[in-house]
Formats: sequence, C-alpha cells, structure tokens
Amino acid sequence: MYSEKVMDHFMNPRNVGEIENPDGVGQVGNARCGDIMKIYLKIEDNRIVDIKFKTFGCGAAIATSSMATELVKGKTIEEALALTNKAVADALDGLPPIKMHCSVLAEEAIKAAIEDYRSKQLVKSK
Amino acid sequence: MERRVYMDYAATTYVKQEVMEEMMPYFTEKYGNPSSVHSFGREARKAVDLARERTAKALNASTDEIYFTGGGSESDNWAIKGAALANKQKGNHIITSSIEHHAVLYTCQYLEKMGFEVTYLPVDQYGLVNPEDVKKAITDKTILISIMFANNEIGTIQPVKEIGRIAREHGVYFHTDAVQAVGHVPIDVKDMNIDLLSLSAHKFYGPKGVGALYVRKGVRIHPYLHGGAQERNRRAGTENLPGIVGLGKAIELAYENLEESNSKLAAMRDRLIAGIMEKIDHVRLNGHPVKRLPGNANLSFEFIEGEALLLSLDMKGIAASSGSACTSGSLDPSHVLLAIGLTHEIAHGSLRLTLGDDNTDEDVDYVLEVLPGIVERLRNMSPLFAQHKGEKYYV
Ligand SMILES: Cc1ncc(COP(=O)(O)O)c(C=O)c1O
Ligand SMILES: [Zn+2]
Repeated sequence: MYSEKVMDHFMNPRNVGEIENPDGVGQVGNARCGDIMKIYLKIEDNRIVDIKFKTFGCGAAIATSSMATELVKGKTIEEALALTNKAVADALDGLPPIKMHCSVLAEEAIKAAIEDYRSKQLVKSK
Repeated sequence: MERRVYMDYAATTYVKQEVMEEMMPYFTEKYGNPSSVHSFGREARKAVDLARERTAKALNASTDEIYFTGGGSESDNWAIKGAALANKQKGNHIITSSIEHHAVLYTCQYLEKMGFEVTYLPVDQYGLVNPEDVKKAITDKTILISIMFANNEIGTIQPVKEIGRIAREHGVYFHTDAVQAVGHVPIDVKDMNIDLLSLSAHKFYGPKGVGALYVRKGVRIHPYLHGGAQERNRRAGTENLPGIVGLGKAIELAYENLEESNSKLAAMRDRLIAGIMEKIDHVRLNGHPVKRLPGNANLSFEFIEGEALLLSLDMKGIAASSGSACTSGSLDPSHVLLAIGLTHEIAHGSLRLTLGDDNTDEDVDYVLEVLPGIVERLRNMSPLFAQHKGEKYYV
C-alpha cells in the first residue's frame, strides 16, 4: 500500500533526533489519535541550517516527518512556510488517502516550530 | 530466500493438504448441484451430508442443526437478525459484550436503529464477561444473548457454559460467535447450553468464504437469505460444494489431535511471550494469562505505534497484526483494547502474534531475535520515549 519512497523514508528516516538548544520547537498531534510529531530547528540568518524530528506514529507519519524535514532543510523561513502537505505527499510518490492526515501533521509540525522560533525572536527583540 | 514467518493465524489459515485433496474433485469431476435428482446431484448431496455429519459431530450437535453459510460474518448476521425478528413479539432486548467482532457489534447497532434495545456488557481487565452481569442485564424483554466464545484480538475465552446456563434458566436464546474457537478448543453445544453458534472454515485450515450456523432444534429464527429450498429452506443459494466439503474435512482434522497440537502451540506461545517480556521493557500482555486461545499472543509496547511495528516486522518477513488505529482504518484504536482499559496510547502500540500449525521453535527464535531491535529503533524515534527517559525537554 505504500510507495517505495515511503518505505525508504520509513526504514531509513533522514534527520531523526533532537537539537540541543534549538531555536524553535514544534509539537503537533496527540497520542489519542496515534500520531505525535516533534520538530527541532536551528536557524541562522533566517535560514534553516539544521532540523531534526522525533515521531510517534505509523509508517506514513515517520516517512512524512522525514520527507518534510528534507524539503525544508537549508531553506529560508519564508520558503519553509510555503511547504504544503501535498508537496510532502508528492515527494513521497503519494500516500494512501487515509494517510494524507499524516502529511498534514508534518506540514503543521514544521509551521509550529517556525512559529515557536518567531515568538522567541519577538521576546528577544523586546 | 529471505525468511518468512507467518504469525497471523487468527486472520486466516492456509488450507491443509488433506483438505485440499478432498475438495479438488468437487470443482472438476463431482460438480453436480446437490439439489439435482440425477447421479451428479446425488453425488454432490452425499458430500454435503458427510460434511454436515462431521460438523455436527465436532460440536456434539445433530446433523439437522447444522446450516452451511458463506462464512463467519454471515452466520453472525443471520443468528442475530434472524433470532431478533423471529422473536420480536416476545421482546426487543438483546444482550452482548463490548468486545465482540464487528460482525456482531454492527449487526446489533443496525438492530438498534430498527427499534431493538441492546445492552453492551463491559469486560474486566482480561477481557472476561462476568456471568453475573449477564444475569443482571436480563429483563422480561430480553430475547437474545450473544457473547463470543473467544476473542479474535486478545484470545480471551469466555465462561460460555455459565452464560449458557443462565440464558437457559431465563428462557433466553444464547448465541456465541465461536469463529475463533471452533477447531481450537473443545465445544459441546449441549453441555454448554448453546442455542446458536457461528463458525468459519478459514480459521481452522479450511477454505475462505464458507462457514456454518448451528441452530438448536426448536429455536425460532427467520431465514436470512430467501430463495431456493437449500439448507432445509433456511439458507437459499446453491451450496458452495467444494467449500463445504473442505469445511467438513477441516473440522474433523482439527479435533483429531486437538490436545496434542494445543499443548505444542501453547508451549511455543508461552515461550514467545516470556521471551518478549524478558528482552523488552515496558511491555504488557493483553488478555487473560491462561484463559486464552493456545496460539494467541497480544502485547502492547509503550511509546511506539503498531503499524510502524508491523511494517518493520514485515520487512523482516514476519507477518503479524495490530489493534492500532492506523491498521483499523479509523482514528480510534481497537474497541477491544479500549474495553479492557488500555489508554489510547498503549492500545496504539499493540501487536498480535497468532501461532498455528506450521510455526516452529525456530520461528519463535527468529521473532525473539528480530523484535527487540525493531522496538528499540522505533522507540529511539519516539518523542514519548524521550519524554519517558526524562531527557532534557527543550520547549
Ligand atoms: C470472532 C470473529 N467473528 C467473525 C469473524 C468473521 O468471519 P469471516 O471472515 O468468515 O466472515 C471473524 C474473522 O475475522 C472473527 O474473528
Ligand atoms: Zn498514522
């Protein structure tokens, strides 16, 4: 039911882990629905220089986390904010319809981490 | 070739060679319609009769109490809808449990929409229905009690005989979904006071898409499929001849060496469970420690999700199953795991390994060798595990 790309990103996920003293952290989902994604960002000059994730969830949840982090790594904040769940799913050669919510979660996780970064910046600049 | 281990026998079994051999002629040579008067028809009729005898014998029923169907789901639907409709003058109340298979649960929900009232009894932490609860739930409107013999997910075997006795004392019909039990545990419909019993051939090394409903003589039940006069006017449709032949052979074989094969299975299963509990932390066994099907192991692994576990096992050639939401096609994990009191989180991390006739000690060794690494890899990816270990929490 999963594409080869999904299986590859599930079996060999990119960017798994945590970042010490990250510039932004986002966590979305909950254990009730079975998927939790947590994204850590390191940002320099408005650019995502490092990104890591930890995910509790199904194969699609892990694969979309991995792909989403790949897609935004090295990008500017603005470019990363333009990421859509569809882009994540497409990059994985598609997802089964019932798994599209996992790609939504991945998009939201990235955005939540950027949101967190921005709010911290705001605090700093005050 | 890569090693392949099948540990999903509760989902379905292979068809035994002896069963296959007995079925084959009924596709190609002895293909008559059992309703036909000519020799081809008589030959086919004889085969159906033999299958019925074998099925009756296995359950301690008589042949005129066995009706062949298109499988477990049909038997469940027929038993419940048929008994409800035939007895609605007497009352409109049905008692069942919260851990039934969907073939029973959704049938009951459908009947609720039709004006019937259904009590869904809770179960304890092991998945056991308390017979006292059954007794207390009976009212003068109760017409049917439907409690499964053994659960398909956690393997728990219900106190069927006690429930049957209570039902009989109160003059209420007792149906049991024995799809997971037939061919795996001894069943005596008379001794257990069972009025209606569902079974399905593909759970005991017979073919898929064929089953039976036992209907005790005198039980009032409407037909489910209307049409021809097959199955003594109670189940229309030309018989699935090869399937019925296969069912008959499979049920006979299953009860031939039951004790021996069960003790072998249970020993393998116990070694599997003990090995997993020993090698992996934060694991719980779901279901009853001893009142369970001999081949069933159901465990929850904290901090990880079941589908990811299944995929990883599949990559290693191991076929298993899970009660996680991601495998059920809904957002909620298995209703059975929630009913025994698991949190959503723990229920999502469940793994069902069901052993059968072809499994060996080497299969158990292989799973024990592969599983700890898989669990560890997934845990290392899980934010819940990090949280649990109390790693610095950077929020
Ligand atoms: C307890 C139980 N009831 C009913 C069924 C449905 O049986 P079938 O697949 O033959 O329709 C199953 C099998 O999945 C089962 O395990
Ligand atoms: Zn999922």
